[in-house]
Amino acid sequence: MTNADSEFVGPVSEIAPSRGWVALKLRELWAYRELLYFLVWRDIKVRYKQTALGAAWAIIQPFFTMVVFSVFFGSLAKMPSDGIPYPIFAFAALVPWTFFANGLTQASNSLVGNSALIKKVYFPRLAIPIAGVLSNLVDFALAFVVLLLMMVYFKLWPTVAILWLPLLLLLAFVTALGVGLWFSALNVEFRDVRYVVPFLTQFWMFATPVAYPSSLLHEPWRTLYGLNPMAGVVEGFRWALLGNANAPGPLIWASAAAALVILVSGAFYFRRMERTFADVV
Amino acid sequence: MGDLVIRAEGLSKRYRIGAHPRAYRTLRESVVEAAGAPLRWAGAAMRRQLRGAAGENEIWALRDVWFEVHQGEVLGLIGRNGAGKSTLLKILSKITEPSAGRVRVAGRVGSLLEVGTGFHPELTGRENIFLNGAILGMRREEILKRFDAIVDFSEVERFIDTPVKHYSSGMYLRLAFAVAAHLDPEILLVDEVLAVGDIRFQQKCLGKMETVGREGRTVLFVSHNMPAILRLCERAILLDEGHIVADGQAQPIVARYLNLDQTVQETIAEVEWPHPADAPGEEGVRLKALRLRSASGAPQAEFDVREPIEVEIQFWVLDEAPNVVPMFRVYNEHGVCVFAAAPTHDGLFAGRSRAAGTYTARCRIPGDFMAEGTYALEIAVRTLFPRRFFVPRVKLLNFRVHDRGMGDSVKGEYRGVWPGTVAPVFDWRSEFSPRVESAG
Repeated sequence: MTNADSEFVGPVSEIAPSRGWVALKLRELWAYRELLYFLVWRDIKVRYKQTALGAAWAIIQPFFTMVVFSVFFGSLAKMPSDGIPYPIFAFAALVPWTFFANGLTQASNSLVGNSALIKKVYFPRLAIPIAGVLSNLVDFALAFVVLLLMMVYFKLWPTVAILWLPLLLLLAFVTALGVGLWFSALNVEFRDVRYVVPFLTQFWMFATPVAYPSSLLHEPWRTLYGLNPMAGVVEGFRWALLGNANAPGPLIWASAAAALVILVSGAFYFRRMERTFADVV
Repeated sequence: MGDLVIRAEGLSKRYRIGAHPRAYRTLRESVVEAAGAPLRWAGAAMRRQLRGAAGENEIWALRDVWFEVHQGEVLGLIGRNGAGKSTLLKILSKITEPSAGRVRVAGRVGSLLEVGTGFHPELTGRENIFLNGAILGMRREEILKRFDAIVDFSEVERFIDTPVKHYSSGMYLRLAFAVAAHLDPEILLVDEVLAVGDIRFQQKCLGKMETVGREGRTVLFVSHNMPAILRLCERAILLDEGHIVADGQAQPIVARYLNLDQTVQETIAEVEWPHPADAPGEEGVRLKALRLRSASGAPQAEFDVREPIEVEIQFWVLDEAPNVVPMFRVYNEHGVCVFAAAPTHDGLFAGRSRAAGTYTARCRIPGDFMAEGTYALEIAVRTLFPRRFFVPRVKLLNFRVHDRGMGDSVKGEYRGVWPGTVAPVFDWRSEFSPRVESAG
């Protein structure tokens, strides 16, 4: 303790301008975990209020996409599906994809949507986009139940590989959050992001093996394809649940590495921009 | 260990005005760099950019602010809109960063910057208590422990499981204040929460804040409500255009603020001190209340030119005092003293000493006397010989006089500005004769 500190009643914290890159302050984020919990709980609680179909929307979205894909890609275009019935081949990918796409969209708009909070109260801002992605887990769980029912219907039984599922979900979470952090911070200053995100998710879906298998590509291109982290997630889900012989292999490691880079860079960029959020938003 | 809780050292905050200067700049730069762009374009863009960079679209919300706050102080921050008060609280609560300087803080800071921030209309009162508590930094157990006290204070227990979108604005506010008031920070920052809600609830909030102050916690309180500042704060800081203009005892600083800009004053119909201990005054004489009333007796600060204005001064004499007299002066918006009044001929104030007790002096300013405009009422409690002030001269109330143009004031049907410091209706006696007498 310095001399000056002895004039204070207790431990002193300093508020001063920060410059350049700043620490993530994960410890502080952890201290605010209850706030995170309440933000997630609020998002879930409020999401389907005043909707006629309520939580059914969590299922309708991926299910009908699956139906459309099955008709056009499966039946008409005769898209190969690694020997798995096309509907479940598509649905096993659409469930994690929907989680990712909705999580990304919600995280990207989260700061602007919570501007009243940001301007009036202090808390680690990282909590807002994190809550935006986490609150989609409930929708994911509902769609996942439908996926399990479809597996029973198609008499497909998972192998021990199913134990990898939580990690694959984590990979989807990390990717959605990483991209969401970049976009939410950019969105504060450039509202263009609101128009970019729907576009991007659409393009990204076609760049991800949702409607087609990644086995269309040969090595080393397939591993390179894994740099799109969602390719790893989607192929991983099929492998873990449907016993797909085409194990993702090195593709998944490329995905994990790419996702980590996006998350870490996104988090630092977010923290760097954070100091102006309350002034600009 | 000292007793310092806050020390601000050269605190400054700069805002850029204009939506997104950086975005525009990149756009212009790319225009300038584009090879095929006509020179005229590039030149214009560069000129615009240079003008923009000159700093004319920057404002300093705070500039080189230094102050210290000690434990248990209740400090009032006053100043006009845009003086930097709210910016200062935002920096202290870490919502925004200073642009220069630093502030050192010892203890947990809780802020009440806007009542009801983070309330969600679709959630019930109960759910919002938990959500809002978490947003304000309370732990779950803390909220659970104080839940009953919060509901009790808010007076909405019957609707606690109803979504707050069905609440009246009063209920909404009470619940929101109740949550924030049960925060337990060592330093509490309060911004203008009393601007809303009915008088009874405002009094309740003020009472709660007084309790917080008495518990030895530090409170920084921003308000335009001068009576509230005088009631709560022993010390005040007056900010103007981002600078500290005055720092010290609340009472003279409030008086100075009220003089600072006569044209932007809000009207204030009454001030009251519930306890002699914290009321202004010296040596056994204390100001109790100051009120403006309409003819019907209701406190009022907006008057019609035709109606009389009743000024009421109440003061305590705690032990026998010399022959003090309450007096007041009325100043118009140009700072001119329109008149001074004292109960010179009132028998109550004739004696050579004053017995202990409560004195109430009422003076009626007749209707059709004050001109249209905004006035400040300055009071004092003093002896005339020798000239000695027991309650020093201080401007505490503001009121306004309007002419609604009904045709029965001195202006009649005239719609323009009627000149003069006062606007009395005099008796006129006029005659007419049909003869025109020739000079010859």
